[in-house]
Amino acid sequence: MSFEALRIELNVNGETRPVEVEPRTSLLDCLREQLLLTGAHAGCEHGVCGACTVLIDGTPMRSCLMFAVQADGYAITTIEGVTPGPGELSPMQDAFCETHGMQCGYCTPAMILTAHALLANNPAPTRAEIVDAISGNICRCTGYAQIIEAIVLAAERMRRLNQPASQP
Amino acid sequence: MKPAAFNYARPKSLDEACAMLAEGDDVRIIAGGQTLVPLMAMRLARPKRLIDIARIPELAFVRREGDTVVIGATTRQCALEHDPIVRADVPLLARVLPFVGHAPTRARGTIGGSLANADPAAEIGLVAVTLGATLSYREGGATAEIPAAEFFEGPMMTALSATACLTAVRFPVWREAHLGTGFHEINARRSDFAFAAASAQLALDGDGICQRLALGIGAVTTVPLRLDGVSDALIGTRLEESTVRATVTEALAGIDPMSDLHCSADYRRRAAVTLAVRAITDAAKAASRGAHVL
Amino acid sequence: MSAPSKHFRFVATDRRVREDRRFVVGKGRFAADVAITGTKHVALVTCPYPAARIVRIDKAAALALPGVHHVLDGRELAAATSPLLAGLDTPNVPRRPLAVDVARYAGEWVAAVVADTRALAEDAAELVEVEYEPLPFVLDGEEAYAPGSPLVHEAHASNVLLDRTFVWGEVDKDFAESPYRLAFKIKWGRSSTVPIETFGVLANWDPWHEILDVYASIQMPRFPDQVALALKLPGSSVRVHNNVDVGGSYGVKRGIKHAVLAGYLARRLGFPIRLMEDRLENMRGGDAHGPERNFDVEVAFDDAGVIRSMKIRALDNVGAYAGRSPFQLGKPISAIVGPYRTKSVQYQAIAVTSNKTTQEAVRAFGQSPTNYAIERAIEEVAWHRGLDRLEVRRRNLIRAEQFPYLIPSGTTYDSGDYHAVIDKVLARADYASLVAERDRLRGEGLLAGIGIAACLEPSGANSTFEPLLNPKNETTTYSEGCRITVDVSGAVTVNIHTVSAGQGHETLVGTVVGEVLEIDPDRIRVVRPDSLSSLPSQSPVGSRMAIMLGGAAFHAAQKLKAKLIAIAAHDLNIPPERTVYEGGNVSDRATPQTRRSFVELVTIAHRYFHRLPPDTEPGLAFSHIIQVPTGGKLPTSDGRVQMYPCFAFEFHLLLMTIDPDLGKPEISRYVIGHDCGTVINPKIVRGMTMGGIAHGIGAALYEEFAYNPEGQLIAQTFMDYLLPSAHEVPEVEIVHHETPSPHTVFGQKGSGESGYLGAPAAIASAVNDAIRPLGLRVNSLPIKIAQLGDMIAAAKERMANSE
Repeated sequence: MSFEALRIELNVNGETRPVEVEPRTSLLDCLREQLLLTGAHAGCEHGVCGACTVLIDGTPMRSCLMFAVQADGYAITTIEGVTPGPGELSPMQDAFCETHGMQCGYCTPAMILTAHALLANNPAPTRAEIVDAISGNICRCTGYAQIIEAIVLAAERMRRLNQPASQP
Repeated sequence: MKPAAFNYARPKSLDEACAMLAEGDDVRIIAGGQTLVPLMAMRLARPKRLIDIARIPELAFVRREGDTVVIGATTRQCALEHDPIVRADVPLLARVLPFVGHAPTRARGTIGGSLANADPAAEIGLVAVTLGATLSYREGGATAEIPAAEFFEGPMMTALSATACLTAVRFPVWREAHLGTGFHEINARRSDFAFAAASAQLALDGDGICQRLALGIGAVTTVPLRLDGVSDALIGTRLEESTVRATVTEALAGIDPMSDLHCSADYRRRAAVTLAVRAITDAAKAASRGAHVL
Repeated sequence: MSAPSKHFRFVATDRRVREDRRFVVGKGRFAADVAITGTKHVALVTCPYPAARIVRIDKAAALALPGVHHVLDGRELAAATSPLLAGLDTPNVPRRPLAVDVARYAGEWVAAVVADTRALAEDAAELVEVEYEPLPFVLDGEEAYAPGSPLVHEAHASNVLLDRTFVWGEVDKDFAESPYRLAFKIKWGRSSTVPIETFGVLANWDPWHEILDVYASIQMPRFPDQVALALKLPGSSVRVHNNVDVGGSYGVKRGIKHAVLAGYLARRLGFPIRLMEDRLENMRGGDAHGPERNFDVEVAFDDAGVIRSMKIRALDNVGAYAGRSPFQLGKPISAIVGPYRTKSVQYQAIAVTSNKTTQEAVRAFGQSPTNYAIERAIEEVAWHRGLDRLEVRRRNLIRAEQFPYLIPSGTTYDSGDYHAVIDKVLARADYASLVAERDRLRGEGLLAGIGIAACLEPSGANSTFEPLLNPKNETTTYSEGCRITVDVSGAVTVNIHTVSAGQGHETLVGTVVGEVLEIDPDRIRVVRPDSLSSLPSQSPVGSRMAIMLGGAAFHAAQKLKAKLIAIAAHDLNIPPERTVYEGGNVSDRATPQTRRSFVELVTIAHRYFHRLPPDTEPGLAFSHIIQVPTGGKLPTSDGRVQMYPCFAFEFHLLLMTIDPDLGKPEISRYVIGHDCGTVINPKIVRGMTMGGIAHGIGAALYEEFAYNPEGQLIAQTFMDYLLPSAHEVPEVEIVHHETPSPHTVFGQKGSGESGYLGAPAAIASAVNDAIRPLGLRVNSLPIKIAQLGDMIAAAKERMANSE
């Protein structure tokens, strides 16, 4: 039996990217290996650790649990898509640096995207709401404290900038 | 953990999907994929063809129909969390949804996917059984219905054949004035599969006497249980804690709880009693506040 | 007493961690991110039995699949490579990447398939047919120790890798003379630090240069040379690239078998080879499990609860093979009495093989389980004497004026003020109100307990447990190198020679060098050359880098500073005593306007030989290779030796409630006092402590590599191996204290293991305090909800029946 590769178009970080993939290729692997967007990471490949998180139409989802062929027609945002420009940091990214909301950096892109989505819907989250929002992202380094502080700080700063924590 | 190879099809209608399902060997439906994809990654499921029904418009909806709320099988769990009809008319489902997995899995996972997966610890299945929901499915060209209690046959096993496709679930709406819901589960970490769970919906009359009660126990046995005996015994009472506890304890004395890596059968039985009492207590408090509150 | 914080320019200030910049934009360079054209991928064929003879491997179907290049088996690999290094003297327990003739645990790697993609390699791996003959197996450590149990390694004739008893001090006499003694048994369950990134390696053989390039997610001393040794290559034929970011390690990323496997395949096949463990391969066969240790403890004590002597039997089930893991029984000798004044100790260290996954070095290298045992001893004594648990600790703790303090096993603790830290924590926590809160919760029908743990973090690392446990290995060096260059433009570059897994070494070194040279650390470039261009490094193990890398960087920077001063003095024609160094510029104290700027000095060094002092090398390049402070001695014949140089201290205090019906524990308050001497970067140290506590919570309440009686690992995925999420880690307050170390350049001690060292002990303490009114005790970790629920229910029933 033959298993055909499919030609699809993915909308990634605002650009249309045509790819040819086997159906079994996860969105994660497609982003990493074909589009060379290596900011999303594989931690478990069974949907628990959250290191593979990307935004699908602004909502955090596990890219290891989607096949690339299911991902057409959505606006896909990766960490590369929320980075303003070469050498620049978004307020969220800068907040994570300010509080040292990471150590090894492996879960960090996922945390940042999740935080973006949280603040887009809830610009003044309580600590409990932040904990809830990131509870699907496992970090083994930080014990979460400095991550939570980063999101609190980012929320404060973004409110003060009078800038909507807009959908990237 | 890469799945075994497969072909992928995205039918545009339910008819097309059913025709594809009928066609072949080793064909499986995918909607949200939150339970299927991990199984495929571990090669425990290895369909040769995946039929993606996630975007078939006729399968995603929330509607009132008389005294029921009908929900299309591919409606996303996160959509249901925020849906005003669900919150108003199926409050037990709305109460339970935040406990289902994590926000990122609810963003993709569907109500039909959870039901068809039939994990004994799944919250949505518990609510379906507790409220006496009816599931609709298509098999080839024919549509059929089955009560939730008969739908679940065992762990990860349902009455659906390999070529059937769940299409909708119908929840009865309670119209009583003083309505309340309660849900409690115990798990190692929040959002893990529960070791035991209890869901309750009840109505009180103007004097605080229980008029109607539905109690379900999940994750304890291989399928969710509805304890009709408990309902019968508690209707007409004021739901005093000791009465509730004694009634539930008696009802659960004869069940055969699961035992596994996480807990013993006895633990599940005892936890079920505790959780049921708490769920009923919460529901009663909510009902006595006057309007149905989540 | 706490030394007042010296005024530092950059050290101890709240600086950002420079590594964070690349991680927040997704530009970390992890092993899976390194791409070389033409790379082929490996998937493993694993043994399904806990023990089996490998009768036959049929590769035909696998090889017939298009895109499959090779199926490697254990025999082919063994013929071309040497066994992996073991730490103990156990030549009959060879360890190889692939099983040879006998597989010894379920999940052991039996064959490796190489294909164009990982997916194809997995397809082919399923088609490799292996015929096995199942053999008897043993899973339990005590059973493996007992004679007559199935042998994991027949040629070794037993399952015992190590069984050595040390007696330090007059243990029998101290026991005889003490009015009281008690004994207890506890168990530390098998868990590990389980980083989110699995181990991965990319190996590429260049036959023209005869160099094997290795990119790996590694945290391991002697990695390049062990790869070379196993592959029978000269050391200079292996080039490990240190500029790879590691996605968490906490000890376990020792993928020596992965690297040897990939390296062999790269040379054999002529392709770059990537072996990226998937999670299943990692959990079952990655050989990264942690200690699984039974403790039998006996203590002798007096009326006041002061422990005079202690006997510890520690038996660790290391799994089917052993690299360095048995040394996790040796390192805790470094702090075998914990922070207490116990006079004599008998310590029996036993390491056994069993048919379980192989163990690896886990954060703190055995100290956390040992702290669990020591702290349990203190609590048992308190219960026995009816004394307050804090008061008993206070009576036993080494006092501030007693430092430096020599413990019975030969290590001297450098500095500390344990009582001060405890007082600070009690004040911050408002201990009286914490107790009142506990009692109030108990009054409401909940179970509630206060958890306490006082623990040490030996830091700085040293290899002395190697000669201690294996006299054939006389190593006493445990070094770290650092190199600083200043180029002709005045740009300062520091070379460090190891990989990092988030510990912020680039920031550490920039800060230290900036401090010495008095220049902004952000202007200092830090790079990681490959291993061929590197000075010796032992990698970030044993909580050593602040001490060792900090020390090496400091001394190299001092050498640079001295040369700048010497050049200036010569050029200004003034004696060196009259020079004033400031921010890289040097002036004449007598006439400050007479000066040479940093740029001028750099130019002289590089370009004006005629102005250099006599016998001075041109340029500005300095190295320093530092030996571990207090190190360099072999153990005495009775097994005494200075192990690690520096000892940080932590004191945990937490309030826990347990739902009496459901058995679910919840931590409602957590305060930790932490003293790691001078803190070079507060953000980094805080992160370590918080992360360590989260690891400790996991080990105490959630994580276990559970096996069924058939020898199968049943916690194989993250659905069953439960990692704490943000919900499971409470808010933690850290109370800071500083007793600088006399051995280090800034007074810094290590902190890489903080939190993990004491959290499991503290959580166990809280649970036992909570359930003690029911006459219950929990004697093993992890503590499971259902287990607690069952125990509580049984106790209540007993109490009801006896009424």
